[in-house]
Amino acid sequence: MAHVAVHPTAPAEEGLGVYTQKLGMWVFLCSEIMFFTALIGSYIILRWGASSSWPVPAETLNIPVTAINTFILICSSVSMVKAYVAAVHDDQPGLKRWLLITVLGGATFVGVQAYEYTHLIEKGFVPSTNQFASTFYTMTGFHGFHVTCGVISMAYCTLRAFQGKYAGGKFQGIETLGLYWHFVDLVWIILFTIVYLF
Amino acid sequence: MASAAEHKHPNYIAIWIYLALLTGVELAVALLHFLPRHILIGTLIALAIWKALLVALFFMHLRFEPRKLVVMIVSPLPLAAILVLYVLRERFK
Repeated sequence: MAHVAVHPTAPAEEGLGVYTQKLGMWVFLCSEIMFFTALIGSYIILRWGASSSWPVPAETLNIPVTAINTFILICSSVSMVKAYVAAVHDDQPGLKRWLLITVLGGATFVGVQAYEYTHLIEKGFVPSTNQFASTFYTMTGFHGFHVTCGVISMAYCTLRAFQGKYAGGKFQGIETLGLYWHFVDLVWIILFTIVYLF
Repeated sequence: MASAAEHKHPNYIAIWIYLALLTGVELAVALLHFLPRHILIGTLIALAIWKALLVALFFMHLRFEPRKLVVMIVSPLPLAAILVLYVLRERFK
């Protein structure tokens, strides 16, 4: 196994043509696609089945605030990809700056979601209120959990960036985390349309 | 090795503006109520898929990844469609 330790990347980079961290993240994201499909699919079926008795989301949910939150998440995706470009070009100040902006964007998204939940619960809109409420909290809650995990991971990577762990063009960790972050953004794009705008 | 680091970086700011514009169109379509319900739903789904594709192709670099990896990644999508369509049968029972 000493041979593997000397050339750790060579065998793994054959086949699909990507390094193992990235491949591992993509396999994980494939399972996440199925997870969110189950949630979104169930929602569509419940909603379609209920038809006229289903509440109008715009009457309960604060769409302008969530639209701004959606925009914040899209902005954080851009800052994440800029952090990746900075890592590729070994631009350490740029990497730290863009990672910090991404952490801030993600934390703001979670904060606004917590504010939204608090406001809705105060109005009496709790998971047991009706089918719409339970599906709303399930889908947005699982998504919020994913964003929270992303923010924690991102904060850890930012700390590592400040310690110079990505110096010398080591972009793999940033690209792998970026894939997760963009996926979370992509899922929210679908959720926002289906849950808030229909 | 084909690596995402080796490809030419797209204009990320242009894609960001594109996504912001599409979100604006989405909100206008949803909140101004000028389309019939079934056209509204179709339009919103199309806009959401369009935005999701932009994120996947450019931010996640799928456009620049090796074909074999792309095949692996898109393979759950037909399974996801089958999952939804199969459960949808319940409505017609």
